[in-house]
Amino acid sequence: MNVTFKTANRVRQAITRRDALKQGFLGMAGLALAARSGALAHAASGQPAKAKSVIQIWMWGGPSHLDTFDPKPDAGSDYCGPLNKPIATNVEGIRIGELLPMLAQQADKYSIIRSMTHGVNAHETASYITQTGREPDRLVYPSAGAVVSLFNGYDHGYKGLVPPYVVLTEAQGRFSEAGLLGQRYKPFVTGGDPNQARFTVEGIIAQGISDERQRSRRDLLHTLDTLGKAMPSNVRFQEMDKTEENAYGMMFGDARKLFDLSQETDAVREQYGKNTFGQCCLVARRLVEQGVPFVTINYKGWDTHKQHFEIMKRKLPEMDRAMATLLQDLSDRGLLESTIVWWGGEFGRTPKVQWEAPWNGGRGHYGTCFTSVVAGGGFKGGHVVGASDATGSEVAERPVHPRDLIGSMYTLLGIDPEGKLPNAAGLDVCVLPSEQSVKKGAGLLTEIM
Amino acid sequence: MWLCPALTGPRERTGVGGIASPGEFVVVSALLLGVLASLAAGQELISPFEMADSGASSSAIDTLVLVELSKHGIEAAPLCSDEVFVRRIYLDVIGTLPTPNEVEHFMEDSTPDKRYTLIEDLLQRQEFADYWALKWCDILRVKSEFPINLWPNAVQCYHRWIRESIRDNKPCDEFVREMLTSSGSNFRVPPVNFYRAVQNREPAGIAGAVALPFMGARIEHWTPEQREGMAKFFSRVAYKSTAEWKEEIVYLDPAPVEAMSAMLPDGVTVQLDPDKDPRDLFADWLLAADNPWFARNMANRVWSWLLGRGIIHEADDIRPDNPPSNPALLSYLEDALIRSGYDLRHLYLIILNSHTYQRSSIARSEAPEADTLFACYPVRRIDAEALIDAVCGITGTRETYSSAVPEPFSYIPEYQRSIALADGSITSPFLEMFGRPTRDTGFESERTNAMTDPQRLHLLNSTQIQRKIEQGVRSRLATGGGKGDQRGIVQSVYLTILSRKPTESETAAALSYVENSGLKRDQALCDLAWALINTKEFLYRH
Repeated sequence: MNVTFKTANRVRQAITRRDALKQGFLGMAGLALAARSGALAHAASGQPAKAKSVIQIWMWGGPSHLDTFDPKPDAGSDYCGPLNKPIATNVEGIRIGELLPMLAQQADKYSIIRSMTHGVNAHETASYITQTGREPDRLVYPSAGAVVSLFNGYDHGYKGLVPPYVVLTEAQGRFSEAGLLGQRYKPFVTGGDPNQARFTVEGIIAQGISDERQRSRRDLLHTLDTLGKAMPSNVRFQEMDKTEENAYGMMFGDARKLFDLSQETDAVREQYGKNTFGQCCLVARRLVEQGVPFVTINYKGWDTHKQHFEIMKRKLPEMDRAMATLLQDLSDRGLLESTIVWWGGEFGRTPKVQWEAPWNGGRGHYGTCFTSVVAGGGFKGGHVVGASDATGSEVAERPVHPRDLIGSMYTLLGIDPEGKLPNAAGLDVCVLPSEQSVKKGAGLLTEIM
Repeated sequence: MWLCPALTGPRERTGVGGIASPGEFVVVSALLLGVLASLAAGQELISPFEMADSGASSSAIDTLVLVELSKHGIEAAPLCSDEVFVRRIYLDVIGTLPTPNEVEHFMEDSTPDKRYTLIEDLLQRQEFADYWALKWCDILRVKSEFPINLWPNAVQCYHRWIRESIRDNKPCDEFVREMLTSSGSNFRVPPVNFYRAVQNREPAGIAGAVALPFMGARIEHWTPEQREGMAKFFSRVAYKSTAEWKEEIVYLDPAPVEAMSAMLPDGVTVQLDPDKDPRDLFADWLLAADNPWFARNMANRVWSWLLGRGIIHEADDIRPDNPPSNPALLSYLEDALIRSGYDLRHLYLIILNSHTYQRSSIARSEAPEADTLFACYPVRRIDAEALIDAVCGITGTRETYSSAVPEPFSYIPEYQRSIALADGSITSPFLEMFGRPTRDTGFESERTNAMTDPQRLHLLNSTQIQRKIEQGVRSRLATGGGKGDQRGIVQSVYLTILSRKPTESETAAALSYVENSGLKRDQALCDLAWALINTKEFLYRH
């Protein structure tokens, strides 16, 4: 498929590099460069990494593939419900759901994988498989974010302003993201809401405490730290002192500016959409701009057993605007070529609408065939990978297991899939499971890399 | 006089810690072996954390520890002060901070065996059962969700049985036998959830799940022959579901089997009678008084839970090439456990009453063996659950939990202490951040108490902690002492948070902050509480 399409609609012209400079980003950009060069120093297997960061849009609950990126207008209303008029995109031959008009104009930037499969219909196990690329066995393996923070984080020269794996705004739950890697690789979960007047990021931005008071109470703490002063050579206490130094670095340094959306123009904030997801996308852009290697946006509300179409009509326009703006903005800033945007949930939803009670027009869990979307960071845009059958019920060609998708991201990030995962149990564990261990997939996504 | 530069240095710098009078030297008992004489030099005591030893210990534990220390020329730390002891023993035994009243009651008690009395009392508390059920549920992997998938009904049923077994001080051999040999519905026969919570239901997978908690062994380190030999005992464990949501029945597969042989972990081959449950045979072997694994594992594990480190370390990695740091000590504890009829509470008693447990945490030696041979009490950050409970207790606030399994399947009572949570899948951002075990594998190492940057950030500057402190100051922290009695309030804040009274210089520093910071009184008191909550003395068991 041809990828040389010109973008038909520049979603966002308000943000220019000049604006960015005016708002004082120059200094921070310098820091970001330092953070990035360190992170890439180790790129595996001689191949330079194309991607530096990942923005994961986690569709918690499992979004319908038919109503988003794999429409089946010919399958009839039993499958489509009222959403039976897919729209053309700016890539010839690719159509997507009618509620995604802005994303339709960005199709040259992303590729749609319509043949995702793992066959599991339970949230917790499916969440695990889609985020680790592993089938369950005796151990719990780390999510892609934890693996990236292991290989591209502090242990490998990352010196960013905030921890290398950030989740906006609530933890995903369902399984431990760090798995056998342990606590050090858990994500930093921001809490708060970027759509509020003030995005109170837990720990970094506290309400109502001036810097002066922060400093004077810190002095008080040091004066009263009687036990700490009685045993200055204790190793655990020294570790704690180090974490305190880092914590104050984040509190008093530039980290809080990262989360301060008042530094963006109103036009930009509107463009992303004045809602939590929209503003999360904007924060995510600001984070990757500063070299944060992995940002997850935990986008809830896709477990639509009931009132499915009502929810689609309410939520998809919000998603459409924010994600399309994000892609355009990353592209305009030259960040898309080094930033992977990964969209998907734990599974898709039943292609056949459940019209019967108690669902009355809902869609259930569906892990046999679903859709993910990838853009940037070395993934080609404007492609469709694989295909589902006429109703979106089965994979028709080129099955893609989450392992294949995650392994492709690792490759683009310069993480050696054969590398080892250190763990407290001392077991010999590879970054990526073997192709045989997951059976269903047809291997890495080389056709779009 | 013995002086350690590392100790004199900081004390001079701080000007806070008092110095014991020159006459107050600790004299290590002359009853101990002659070799210990070289260590009996006077020790300078650091106030308010240490006290002079009032006499010789009669505990065999102490003799065995001191003998080993003396071989390495390592000096043991002196005993901890009563202030340190009361806080330590509450946190270690019931996972709960003492209230100011409890602290004062203990400090005012002048009977010589008051530490012994307090230990006995705490072992009877409800929180003792809560806290140790938590530990057992960690290593037995009790959670609703992935990857254990016990689901809420079974979690509640299993947890209740574990907690009641601890409350009733069920001998630990019986406790384990019930888990190993039960059959039936996992909603009705609680201990069968031991098999239900095993992810890999292949016989070898079950063998691994048995070896880790009950033998302290990782079968990954065994030969394939040993693994397969043990797996045979579990080759007839079968599962079937029922019409009830998520209920499962664990049973002995009745299908006729040929006579087969199995190999015990000690290498002895046994014939399995097709008419008998092979699990009984395995349990008989494991729980026999002369079994080399079970008592050793239990004694070592309890020791590691109380002293932060196993005599064999890690406590769940017992194998021939990982020897105990003090073999005689471990043998003594094993023997004590067996002789008591597998009474775990007895084991707690003798360990907690030893001077070894009651030593100061301020090390007198920087030799690497000082830690492995237990020359002082090791500092550890308070467990996630006990820490948030402590902060909530001090401030009179509550923690909010969430569950990925929605109501009505999960139910979270409004007043819920974290140490009493049954389900590893019911959680809060605080618990996740502070290294609560995921209960995925049952390894001891799942619990991580190392401080991380996000944790430090959260304690220093999160809305959650700040709001709790503000609420605490409004509702209770600032109410000690009479009106306008700032000194009384400072003392009350100290007693509530650090479980001790402030020293003169600490009182002066706190009062000076309240008066000179330019903040309103309540704000200044918030900062005082904030500062104390952020001290190492608060955050670490010491």
